[in-house]
Amino acid sequence: MRVIASLVCGLVFGAGLLISGMVQPTKVLGFLDIFGAWDPSLAVVMAAALAVSVPGFMLANGRTRPLLATKSFWPTRHDIDRPLVVGSALFGVGWGLVGLCPGPALESLATLSPGIFVFVAAMAGGMALYDFWQNPQPKIRNEGVLADADG
Amino acid sequence: MANFTPLSAAIGGGLIGLSAVLLMLLTGRIAGISGIFGGLLNFRGDDRDWRIAFIAGLILAPLIAGWIGYAMPTPKLPASWTVIIGAGLLVGFGTRLGGGCTSGHGICGIARLSSRSIVATIIFMLAAIATVAVTRHVLGG
Repeated sequence: MRVIASLVCGLVFGAGLLISGMVQPTKVLGFLDIFGAWDPSLAVVMAAALAVSVPGFMLANGRTRPLLATKSFWPTRHDIDRPLVVGSALFGVGWGLVGLCPGPALESLATLSPGIFVFVAAMAGGMALYDFWQNPQPKIRNEGVLADADG
Repeated sequence: MANFTPLSAAIGGGLIGLSAVLLMLLTGRIAGISGIFGGLLNFRGDDRDWRIAFIAGLILAPLIAGWIGYAMPTPKLPASWTVIIGAGLLVGFGTRLGGGCTSGHGICGIARLSSRSIVATIIFMLAAIATVAVTRHVLGG
């Protein structure tokens, strides 16, 4: 059931990116280009997503456990540290260079575009590089690696 | 603002928010794509199934849309492979170091009213805007 629920959530998420146009790098870059022909669509996407997710997450936070799992992975950290700031800045530069963030990049694999495959491989490489930097010995790598992640 | 598409943006955004809420209510997981994908590179055993299923759904969406007559256009990417690879590396490394991306911090994190996610979102937005300003208006690419 958990797997089917995840599949449906992925489908709905993908439909959202598709309908909003956010799978298209040109659409995303149009938003980021505030000094050019600015396209505010991405701001509307975020506002609409938050209009649903803010009340939805208030509801979820009140629950002791999720419907189909034994525990909730609700992030608990509140500190603003250097990795958060530096990591977000590096991500922003990469996002601005091509107009792809992880969701649209993975969804675009469906188009079989060679450039997308190269981008996703490089993205996985960047993640693997981080994992290796954090913990060069894969044998003792465990769930702790992502336990602190926010999303 | 000739390219502004507020209606489709609002419908699509609403679906993204709905997906994030459903994933949390049903499975207790944050719909952060960098975290879901990053976990696949790390975890073993029973934690992989739901991650693969979510990403499969993400990739199936445009295929289904194509079958019913709304084919997704091929994404327009920069001509330079160096830029594509460099950007991919930055997105991968940066999202793991920063603990999330546009979905995990930008949608789920802000919805949780997390100060970390609000700061992260402001930083990656500003960095991306600055990058586009430089590449399009300073370097003239």
